[in-house]
Amino acid sequence: MSDHEYTPKSKFGKWFNDRLPLLTLANHLTDYPTPKNLNYWWTFGGILTFCLITQIVTGLVLAMHYIAHADMAFDSVEHIMRDVNYGWLIRYIHANGASMFFLAVYIHIFRSLFYGSYKAPREIIWIIGIIIYLLMMAAAFLGYVLPWGQMSFWGATVITNLFSAIPLVGEGIVTWLWGGYSVDNPTLTRFFTLHYLIPFLILGLVVLHIWALHVPGNNNPVGIDIKKPSKDTVPFHPYIVIKDGFALLMFMIVFAFFVFYTPNILGHADNYIEANPLVTPAHIVPEWYLLPFYAILRSVPDKLLGVVAMLSAILILAALPWLDTSKIRSAVFRPLYRQFYWILVADVLILGYVGAMPAEGLYLLVARVATAYYFLHFLVILPVLGWKEKTLPIPLSITEPILGGSPNLATAKNKESLNK
Amino acid sequence: MKNFFKIFSFIILFSGLSLSIQAAEKVEYLKTDWSFKGLFGKFDRAALQRGYQVYTEVCSSCHSMKYLSYRNLAEKGGPEFSIEQAKAIAASFEVKDGPNSDGDMFTRPGRLSDKFVMPYDNVQAAQAANGGAYPPDMSVLVKARGGGVDYIYSLLQGYEDPPAGVTLDDGVYYNKYMYGNKIKMANQLSDGLVEYSDGTTASVEQMSKDVTTFLMWSAEPHLESRHQMGFKAILYLIILTILVYFSMKRIWSRIETEV
Repeated sequence: MSDHEYTPKSKFGKWFNDRLPLLTLANHLTDYPTPKNLNYWWTFGGILTFCLITQIVTGLVLAMHYIAHADMAFDSVEHIMRDVNYGWLIRYIHANGASMFFLAVYIHIFRSLFYGSYKAPREIIWIIGIIIYLLMMAAAFLGYVLPWGQMSFWGATVITNLFSAIPLVGEGIVTWLWGGYSVDNPTLTRFFTLHYLIPFLILGLVVLHIWALHVPGNNNPVGIDIKKPSKDTVPFHPYIVIKDGFALLMFMIVFAFFVFYTPNILGHADNYIEANPLVTPAHIVPEWYLLPFYAILRSVPDKLLGVVAMLSAILILAALPWLDTSKIRSAVFRPLYRQFYWILVADVLILGYVGAMPAEGLYLLVARVATAYYFLHFLVILPVLGWKEKTLPIPLSITEPILGGSPNLATAKNKESLNK
Repeated sequence: MKNFFKIFSFIILFSGLSLSIQAAEKVEYLKTDWSFKGLFGKFDRAALQRGYQVYTEVCSSCHSMKYLSYRNLAEKGGPEFSIEQAKAIAASFEVKDGPNSDGDMFTRPGRLSDKFVMPYDNVQAAQAANGGAYPPDMSVLVKARGGGVDYIYSLLQGYEDPPAGVTLDDGVYYNKYMYGNKIKMANQLSDGLVEYSDGTTASVEQMSKDVTTFLMWSAEPHLESRHQMGFKAILYLIILTILVYFSMKRIWSRIETEV
């Protein structure tokens, strides 16, 4: 944050700003020097902020009409869908909003993986991001339970039962989580409370995430450190604001299509059947965004080890800045990493697919291979690549590959060294 | 810009994928043209009214519709009976009410504000009367079944004699669209079972289509306003996106960088 000192023009502004420097903050946010070569993969931060706000606002309205009681929850959701003014709209935005939120967060995470945004000096931004992602999964799971449909009930039963895998105290913990001896009304009311709480925790962490980002500034597709402000940067407003706005609008078109034309396609039909503890659905599947981890969980034959594998699959991401030993950030200059990156993307998609299928036969085999590869990527391939890989020469500034007229980055670098 | 289209096509691909995963689960259901599908899809008013008739005369002896009220029958986007018709329909049902000032329960003719009268007092009574199987509430049935309207439409016409080798217990019937092919509901529809007041021939196919349309409306009573609003919202977003695109081009042209 190497901004110039900011002094408000008006007398009142100065008086106010001396006591609470909100105007300095606003000035910092508008002037914030941003790399000018950011591509559209970088617009998902803004899109995610929009998703969070949308979920909080629609969620508040839903909470005004929803009744967190095992006997009334399902009815109250139908009441929202039928008799609350535009209740159907609010609920469909909220339900599909969760999916859109995860779609955006996965793009955001894989952007980081491709361009090495998690590397020094941005480790703290990355770790806060992983915590946000974990909280998002918790919020999404808790929220899915609230309509009290069949998938809500049985999903909650399956997931809370995972804790019983903990040796000695497992069973006790599950009873404590449920507030009884099965998923029932006490479970629902506490899930509702936590579902209401978590988004505000996320909001707080998002502030920290952005704060931590504004210390070193954005990474960029070339992945090199840049001077700020300089010829390589543009002020956040209006350049990035309008670009993020444009991308957000495109995102909203897709979002609107889901909400207005296929609002139930991402949900499961069974969740329109009221929860019934006596009838187990044929297949219990989580929402699509949790499927890769569900596949990892089921691919391990032992319950405890399965839970450990699933948790490790997420937590391993937090260690990524130290597992990736390469000095080069962007995959643009890492020909081998680039290929492994796409294999990882395919691996996660495969895990998602088999997660939706019954855990048997070929599906189970594929899930096991894909799970093994997932860990192999992070624990073996990444560290070794950093030592072995022959990277391409990186340019000295981002102005060079963009404005220099030479698309060949290697010559850009050569030219730079000739000039010295 | 090139990159941008990559991302956009990625999102479209994702949407397409999620749709095709859903589609892959379907068995080959009977096909018919639903008036409520598509960007401008609306309910066929006459089909809804006929569907209501089929529900009342056939289904309602076992299946409840607990989320519907008689007033819904006269609301916009539904069967749109006139208020008088809806009042008459409501009044034709006996509704349990009370307790009155003497502490007694009593029955009275239904009013617009009443929920649809249930065929059984509780789930246990429904099961006892139907050989242990609970006839599901039909208010959101279409959304609670994987195949949606196509599934219900096919199921109603899917009764067959069991193939050789399949033995059925008493009170169990063979239906080629039912999960596991065994269903505890007997075939309910036969040609000419109801007499449509608008003169439409009450074939099994026609009745299946009408009652399924009615069930779609009962599950999604705001479908029409959703489609109308969706079209306007998306059109608005597209126009705004184009305007913002050109503003962006102009702003970024101040510095010589491609966006």
